[in-house]
Amino acid sequence: MADRKKLSLAVWKFSSCDGCQLTLLDCEDQLLAIAEHVHISHFLEATRRVENGPYDLSLVEGSVTTPREARAIRRIRRQSRRLAVIGACATTGGIQALRNFARLEDYIGAVYARPDYIDSLATATPITEHVPVDFELRGCPIDKGQLVELLSALLNDRRPNIPHYSQCIECKRTGAVCRMVATGTPCLGPVTQAGCGTLCPTHGRGCYGCFGPAETPNADSLAARFGAGGLGGRDIHRLFHSFNANAPAFREQGSPSDG
Amino acid sequence: MLDGPLSDGATHALEPRDLDRLIAALRGRGYRVIGPRLGEDAVVYDDIAGTADLPAGWGDEQEGGFYRLRRRDDGALFGYTLAPQSWKRVLHPPRQRIFALSTGAEEVEMAPADPPDAPMALIGVRACELAAIDIQAEVFAEIDPGYVRRRESSLVVAVECAESAATCFCASRGDGPAVTGGFDIRLVEVVRDGRHLFLARVGSVVGADILAGLTCPEADPADLAFAADRLGRVAASQTRALDDSAGRKLGDFALHARWDEVAGRCLACGNCTMVCPTCFCTSVEDTTDLAGTRVERWRHWDSCFTLDFSYLHGGAVRPGAASRYRQWITHKLATWHDQFGRSGCVGCGRCITWCPVGIDITEEVRAIVPDENER
Ligand code: SF4
Ligand code: SF4
Ligand code: SF4
Ligand code: SF4
Repeated sequence: MADRKKLSLAVWKFSSCDGCQLTLLDCEDQLLAIAEHVHISHFLEATRRVENGPYDLSLVEGSVTTPREARAIRRIRRQSRRLAVIGACATTGGIQALRNFARLEDYIGAVYARPDYIDSLATATPITEHVPVDFELRGCPIDKGQLVELLSALLNDRRPNIPHYSQCIECKRTGAVCRMVATGTPCLGPVTQAGCGTLCPTHGRGCYGCFGPAETPNADSLAARFGAGGLGGRDIHRLFHSFNANAPAFREQGSPSDG
Repeated sequence: MLDGPLSDGATHALEPRDLDRLIAALRGRGYRVIGPRLGEDAVVYDDIAGTADLPAGWGDEQEGGFYRLRRRDDGALFGYTLAPQSWKRVLHPPRQRIFALSTGAEEVEMAPADPPDAPMALIGVRACELAAIDIQAEVFAEIDPGYVRRRESSLVVAVECAESAATCFCASRGDGPAVTGGFDIRLVEVVRDGRHLFLARVGSVVGADILAGLTCPEADPADLAFAADRLGRVAASQTRALDDSAGRKLGDFALHARWDEVAGRCLACGNCTMVCPTCFCTSVEDTTDLAGTRVERWRHWDSCFTLDFSYLHGGAVRPGAASRYRQWITHKLATWHDQFGRSGCVGCGRCITWCPVGIDITEEVRAIVPDENER
């Protein structure tokens, strides 16, 4: 495969914490191999050297929260042959999308000394609402195994093996004893897309839903199950309203005011 | 390890230290010994080194969507009912590499196959689990040499149930609770009058050879009578039941309104199929390294509850939970007969216990197929 061209890569940040793009640098054992097959054209966390597009692949982290970002993503889309969104922010809006359920002025007034300096949109929205995307990697943050799989698939011209089914399937393959059934711990796994490597259920915790809704989530039924198990509407609301609060399947679950 | 029935009908009485010697003998013969032990909030099947690893004094309580460990006061080593997952985990592993190819200097090379694993000794196999192993052995007989090799090289120490979980319905399936065959050694645990015994019978030449090495006395007829009586009570204690002829009729009710009703509750999470000891479906995934010089083909447990499972050109044939739930129980209870000459359900109740919302296969069949006696 010596004649294969290197894949030119650009990594972009929107409103986010940088955790997802840092996952790329976190691929310690694979980093040299990646550098051998991927040419970094734009990745400010790694190098100040910046090249113009077009790029073979853009990885986009973060959600759109300002008018400037809403313009920038269109420009990036035009320069990218393939565009993959990475992380909860880019795929559903992320934790900052909690603002979509509140009044932005209240947040800004509470946080900033000079609210008039802030030029922000009323909502935080996923990249997927602004431009067509070729691929989604979920998670808060994304999983490095899935990131390498995506790069490997693109380099080798094949479909990436990224599952869309529930976390429960991974629990069972791994042999984790179900948190919900064996301990009564509320768990979002049955409606959450697999991919994290069963982190929480193998550490005595229920799934927090970092990877967002699974392919056909029945969140109504799971919320009803939580309710029957003794959780109030407010607790149910909080469970669904974390990293992926803005995902359509999670948005309406529970009730913020009902104890 | 089955090599024909034995004529010697004697039952021997082992004490806990003899059981420890039995496990040591198995290890001495090169078996990887797997049995019950306390895992994270449940009794699971895992590697064990001796009786000290067994879950002494632990039992469990099970209901739809509910499992809790419970302390017992009798110190029984096999006082739990069924582990969350069956022996399918070791006989039909959830992830298997089928092969790997590498580009060599001149041409594509097949990477050497992994050496076969050590033969396994399975300790504590229940009646329904033996029935499930037989079913999978039939399914895989002609098509999966790995399964056949693992099954044939495994030694089975069955342990008859001293109680049923509330979710068990093996009696109505004819698959338990009595252990009638398919074992190398069968144990019945008896804790009474300050004594702790395992009544042992052999079912194969290897089993007989191992048991003979322990030189244990013959069992007291009073203990045998106690065990037989208790077995009858275990069967009678089961409150759930699933009539085979009702299950076979499911195909006649493909448009029943109940499918939509159950779809309202079903999470399509796939837990039921994963824990079912007879569900055998897998999917195959090809991976590459970044350089494209090595490819691997992997086989994973799959489930008819995933969208991709029914993906044909243009989309999934079973887009909603109604059609997926229908596929699962119709295959399990009806079309399995056409394929394999019996039903695919042994009444272990795992799909009921480990369904996060407690959907009960026995209740769903009752809701869909009219009861013959009531018509
Ligand atoms: S722990 Fe959560 S994700 Fe895992 S099987 Fe149970 S419900 Fe599903
Ligand atoms: S269908 Fe349910 S009860 Fe029957 S064998 Fe499978 S898991 Fe056990
Ligand atoms: S019920 Fe579903 S997962 Fe189980 S064997 Fe049948 S098709 Fe496969
Ligand atoms: S029946 Fe229960 S375990 Fe099976 S897919 Fe539906 S919710 Fe999950």
